Amino acid sequence: MFENFDLQKAIFGRLSLESIPYHEPILLATFIAVLIGGAVVVGAITYFKLWGYLWHEWFTSVDHKRIGVMYIVLGLVMLLRGFADAIMMRAQQAIAFNGNEGYLPAHHFDQIFTAHGVIMIFFVAMPLVTGLMNFVVPLQIGARDVAFPFLNNFSFWMTVSGAILVMASLFVGEFARTGWLAYPPLSNYAYSPDVGVDYYIWALQIAGVGTLLSGVNLIATIVKMRAPGMTMMKMPVFTWTSLCTNILIVAAFPVLTGVLVLLSLDRYVGTNFFTNDFGGNPMMYVNLIWIWGHPEVYILVLPAFGVFSEVTATFCGKRLFGYTSMVYATVVITILSYLVWLHHFFTMGSGASVNSFFGITTMIISIPTGAKLFNWLFTMYRGRIRFELPMMWTVAFMLTFVIGGMTGVLLAVPPADFVLHNSLFLIAHFHNVIIGGVVFGMFAGITYWFPKAIGFRLDPFWGKMSFWFWVSGFYFAFMPLYALGLMGVTRRLRVFDDPSLQIYFVVAAFGALLIALGIGSFLVQIAVSIKNREKLRDVTGDPWNARTLEWSTSSPPPVYNFAFTPVVYDHDAWWDMKEHGYKRPLSGFKPIHMPKNTSAGIILAGICFVTGFALIWYIWWLAALGFVSLIATAIGHTFNYNRGFSIPAQQVVETERERTALLQSAGA
Amino acid sequence: MASVTADASAAEAGSANEQPVFYVTDEHEHAEGGSTQLGFWLYLMSDCLVFAVLFATYGVLGGSFAAGPSPKDLFDLPLVALNTTMLLLSSITYGFAVLEMQKNRVSPMLLWLAITGLFGAAFLGIELFEFTHMILEGATPKRSAFLSSFFTLVGTHGLHVTFGIIWMITLIVQVRMFGLTDANKRRLLCLSMFWHFLDVVWIGVFTFVYLMGVLR
Amino acid sequence: MSTDSHTSHAIAPKTGHDDVHGHGDGHPVSTFKGYMTGFVLSVILTAIPFWLVMSGALDSKTATAVAILAIGAVQIVVHMIYFLHMTPSSEGGWTLMALIFTVVMVVITLTGSLWVMYHLNTNMMPMDPSQLP
Repeated sequence: MFENFDLQKAIFGRLSLESIPYHEPILLATFIAVLIGGAVVVGAITYFKLWGYLWHEWFTSVDHKRIGVMYIVLGLVMLLRGFADAIMMRAQQAIAFNGNEGYLPAHHFDQIFTAHGVIMIFFVAMPLVTGLMNFVVPLQIGARDVAFPFLNNFSFWMTVSGAILVMASLFVGEFARTGWLAYPPLSNYAYSPDVGVDYYIWALQIAGVGTLLSGVNLIATIVKMRAPGMTMMKMPVFTWTSLCTNILIVAAFPVLTGVLVLLSLDRYVGTNFFTNDFGGNPMMYVNLIWIWGHPEVYILVLPAFGVFSEVTATFCGKRLFGYTSMVYATVVITILSYLVWLHHFFTMGSGASVNSFFGITTMIISIPTGAKLFNWLFTMYRGRIRFELPMMWTVAFMLTFVIGGMTGVLLAVPPADFVLHNSLFLIAHFHNVIIGGVVFGMFAGITYWFPKAIGFRLDPFWGKMSFWFWVSGFYFAFMPLYALGLMGVTRRLRVFDDPSLQIYFVVAAFGALLIALGIGSFLVQIAVSIKNREKLRDVTGDPWNARTLEWSTSSPPPVYNFAFTPVVYDHDAWWDMKEHGYKRPLSGFKPIHMPKNTSAGIILAGICFVTGFALIWYIWWLAALGFVSLIATAIGHTFNYNRGFSIPAQQVVETERERTALLQSAGA
Repeated sequence: MASVTADASAAEAGSANEQPVFYVTDEHEHAEGGSTQLGFWLYLMSDCLVFAVLFATYGVLGGSFAAGPSPKDLFDLPLVALNTTMLLLSSITYGFAVLEMQKNRVSPMLLWLAITGLFGAAFLGIELFEFTHMILEGATPKRSAFLSSFFTLVGTHGLHVTFGIIWMITLIVQVRMFGLTDANKRRLLCLSMFWHFLDVVWIGVFTFVYLMGVLR
Repeated sequence: MSTDSHTSHAIAPKTGHDDVHGHGDGHPVSTFKGYMTGFVLSVILTAIPFWLVMSGALDSKTATAVAILAIGAVQIVVHMIYFLHMTPSSEGGWTLMALIFTVVMVVITLTGSLWVMYHLNTNMMPMDPSQLP
């Protein structure tokens, strides 16, 4: 009996049937729903014989456009999960008054708010941002792919591995109950001995590697692969913000990796970095993780700023006002974002001199941001504004983000922060900037570039529905939280004593419902657009009369993006081409050298997933096996020297002839 | 993606006051791996920040002995000096390997690479000896925050050296199999950067951890 | 907008790649002399701090600490120049730019953490009994 028990531990580690939460009705129902949904999807793919297509054309693709689209799909799928968490929290807090305990037990509620934060930042916002950059940047700079196409595929699958680990924690074991940054000592072994924090650590480590590598990749792409003539100050603004974002990624994500390694050493080896005994100092973790955490919010918002810049210039039919100041503002934000991290823990007790330094740097960072806002406003001034959907999102952003920015400056004042720290005011503030900035920006970007990526526009009616539900829902959901925060209500509470607060939470829950309708409308919008795709088809490649290079090629672009590498004279290169009578080349095509697809990325990421899972459950043999095979596979991959192929000239001629026919059919 | 000459000829074709040329007609095949050096350098920069975190942690927690042993009780400077010598020698031998590579001489290149690997292995051996010695004395990573941060910082450097040696072995095999191709040369230069980068980190380690520790 | 039909249209535009070495790897050619100079310098720069600490040649600990930190910094620069071939022109200046940026980030991380945590410790963990209430 005793021997059996040991054997089971040796094989399965901590994993047992008890780890499956079948005793929790909510999780069980979700699990069954996911199983049925998954079965339907798998069945449909099998029925339509799509596995081969997906594998060869998408999963193993090194094409930056396809990888970008896959990132965005990942982000949208995870948005559903993250939002499900959000609406569960809102429902719980709206009813848990007057002795009513609500419907979520404490340990479940704690997992939900942790998962909500982790998923929304790492697996919704990051994939959406990375996806857009991946898709747009090479097209905007006139390149045929990124600098390291295989690495790009690998990065994507690492992000997916991390996302799957988080999803797995829902049904096998549990997720962390620590809040989205897993502060020790709570996240240390002494207080969280379960698998939750381990899921957290390994999901973020695996996804973090992917993010870091894609950062390196995009910097190298932007630096080395711009079209002839495109000097730094002729780069489109979105490419500029992408460059700065990726610089921040390469500078910040190693810090996250490092600090999570220290936390895992504490948990796995028993070191004393962040413990309360033997000289450890938990506040060092807080310090380090915010050195990553603050740049992270700029990593998310800078590409959104880039989207708004492109959208404003396009839909106002004007060159962006103050291009140079926009670039400098972006660069200044990049540097300053590294000097403000302590404002997340003014209350730690570092004293007046430290707090005032970081308070002042935080206030300073609002200046370049404000400059950007004026640039957008002046671009709109006297422009012929077309209120298409991307522009609507942009205007909503400008209004909403200003409120978020102002409450941010309020929080930057240390004495005010002592009152508002960890209150719902803070929650309202950062949702205000992240939803108002990043989410609106991503919706603007998706609507703007969708025709380029897929070949037809999105249905405007359902887009407008989604827009109004989102915007009004946002205000309903978060304005009450500002008020509650000022009244002193703190975050992450499951039940409340004061019945007078209930109405605020009910209003907030109503707002969350509106947002749910917004997400629903967005999904309907995609379905309706697919149904009406012939009517919405973009044959010109330039549906918005836009200004940058990606609109000079067909929609969707051919694998090689550009039959001939463009030559650039101005930062609105495509506009310049249109102004100066650019004629599309119709002959003289040559073979084009492109990278070959490879399954190495998905295999390596799969091994990482297995290794991570084994480490979480203390299945040591599997972890060791996974680690060794990871290195062996990586080395094996380096023996493959033959990574490219040539697209024959005949095929290029064929593709370009099709486009010519399409353009003629449009009467262009 | 086009070469400089291509642009020039393209622009010449469209002489003044005519249609500006908006695309490169005479395009050269794009050489593979043109971004590898820069990309690898960027990765090294990110690695720098991992070490910055570990140095910062050591700086903050390095004085928290928790009534346990302090650097003075543990560090053996002559041993560290020996170890430093190993790493320095491996640096110059890698330099010789690069010089041979530039002359396309495969065998001497491989020899210098192997010698570099041996110096690296010697470094690791001495480090492991030092670690075992400390652990046997009861100075384990669990003993105090100082020891946690010490073992993690120095150990992470050692781990990098280990991966460098694995990479070196891989490259020796690949050069023997495929010769000094452009791809292999590129990889050798990347490993060269990696190896010299580890040297730079080690300068920080012996100065900040060992020498300053004994001085404290 | 862009009405000046920028005269540059006729002129060969500057390449967008900042790759001054064209398509080859932008790695400068290494020389025996360069490696040997670097090696000799770094041997000297390693020996001096070890000697300073082991012999206690300087009376003041602070002076020794400052000296070895300064020598360490010089040695890092030596390695960067002679072993890592850092020049302002390699890869069109991007490697040097990346390095400078990284150094700034490293300095911010190190000094920031030390400063913040030092203040925290003095404020929140008075070790000296006289500071206790």
